[in-house]
Amino acid sequence: MLTNRSKVVVDKQMSFVEKLYLPAIIGGLFITFKHFFRKKTTIKYPEVKRELSSVYRGQHVLKRDEQGRENCTACGLCAVACPAEAITMTAAERKPGEEKLYREEKYASVYEINMLRCIFCGLCEEACPKEAIFLTDRIVASDFERGGFIYGKDKLVEPVDNDKRIDLSGRLQAHRKLNS
Amino acid sequence: MEVADLIFKVIFVLAVFGISLLVAMYSTYAERKVAAFFQDRLGPNRAGPFGILQPLADGVKMFMKEEIIPTNSDKALFILGPSIAMLTACMTGVVIPWGNSLIINGKEFVMQITDVNIGILYIFGVVSIGVYGIMIGGWASNNKFSLLGSLRASSQMISYELAMGMSIIAIVMMSGTLSVREIVLGQPGGHWNVLYQPLGFLLFFICALAETNRTPFDLPECETELVGGYHTEYSSMKLGFYLFAEYINMFISSAVIVCLYFGGYNFPFIESLGLSHNVVSLLGTGIFFIKIFFFIFVFMWIRWTIPRFRYDQLMRVGWKVLLPLAVLNIVITAIVLLWKNDLFSLNF
Repeated sequence: MLTNRSKVVVDKQMSFVEKLYLPAIIGGLFITFKHFFRKKTTIKYPEVKRELSSVYRGQHVLKRDEQGRENCTACGLCAVACPAEAITMTAAERKPGEEKLYREEKYASVYEINMLRCIFCGLCEEACPKEAIFLTDRIVASDFERGGFIYGKDKLVEPVDNDKRIDLSGRLQAHRKLNS
Repeated sequence: MEVADLIFKVIFVLAVFGISLLVAMYSTYAERKVAAFFQDRLGPNRAGPFGILQPLADGVKMFMKEEIIPTNSDKALFILGPSIAMLTACMTGVVIPWGNSLIINGKEFVMQITDVNIGILYIFGVVSIGVYGIMIGGWASNNKFSLLGSLRASSQMISYELAMGMSIIAIVMMSGTLSVREIVLGQPGGHWNVLYQPLGFLLFFICALAETNRTPFDLPECETELVGGYHTEYSSMKLGFYLFAEYINMFISSAVIVCLYFGGYNFPFIESLGLSHNVVSLLGTGIFFIKIFFFIFVFMWIRWTIPRFRYDQLMRVGWKVLLPLAVLNIVITAIVLLWKNDLFSLNF
């Protein structure tokens, strides 16, 4: 059996050499000495970052479409799906002249995720019918205050600039591979 | 004493003091690095390149920490404890011959603070006083853990000093002197005492581990049983002094081991290099320090390999194993010396 690692205990007398303990001690010293030259497991965090899984679930992003309009329509499905009740939002109607900002007639004027409540399960991402919210490989930064963990639209919505957009191609590809 | 002598001595005393503090400082850094490497980690690497400034950061931290003297403690003794520990740790370096001699302007300066003709006894005396630092500190804290730690320390020191002294007697019989310098001079080139006294060296080394309270003999301060042992109640630089004294002791113990068993500043082929006297002396000092650093590394190596003894095991090893073996070592040495004298009329 693979899992059976039990050994039969033998209660035999130690020989003289064993009683000296010195061979055992020297053997132990050599084991630790081998570890001295081993590759270290430490990752020097700020300089080197551990490679994350392609479907890693980190800080959320609220996506914009190709024309820079927010995808979110404040339907509230993400908030309903959220098991930790971390998402709150306030819906508002798009005014004339705001067509460049919001894709549909309704949008979220306030959209907040409490990062202390969030369990990063990704259900909001699955619930979203508009491909507006995604989890990314970014890590939520630490803070000294609880208030600092309530992320509003300023932190969640991705920038308009095309070159500052949050790239999700790797993540979407991995998802597609998993689903097919 | 001439003025030149005096100036040399003053400079030399300051140098020895400074170097022992520096080595102790970087021993703390080395300890953490070595520990980390043995455990597949990297150790401190944030303060400066490779964390080289870590001891400074630690020192600043120690000084800035809040100083707590417990209300129920004996204040005078509480302060005296770490002071004695530090003082005795710094005093032992006096009789160590750090090098041969330097010839400056045709005058010979011996690289040793003072060559006491009972150098080894002096080291033993000072080290024994060092126990008082731990004992007084533990007693003055008025804390059960501290008291237990200091009790353990004192009984351990007394037990292991015996075996240590016995193993040195064999060396003294061979070299016929108590002066550390003359013992070193008696091991020219590669004729180190360890070749003639392997058992004595082993005993001395084990006892040195016990004397410096290093693992596997760190019962006075074992965290798992006694919180911090004798320094449970200490904080700030008083704690720093205790920890620092341990590292200085480690440095000095390594130096003593090297002097007694590994030829001090002597190294093989010293004569065949054909260098001038001063260069050879300085080279010897460098070799001496390399040997010392090796032993400091071994001390750390052992600490991060072997678990701590149980208390009864500690006492059994001390009294029932090391002491009889040390006596046996003396007897064997005596027989061999007599046999050599009789058969070949050879003197060491």
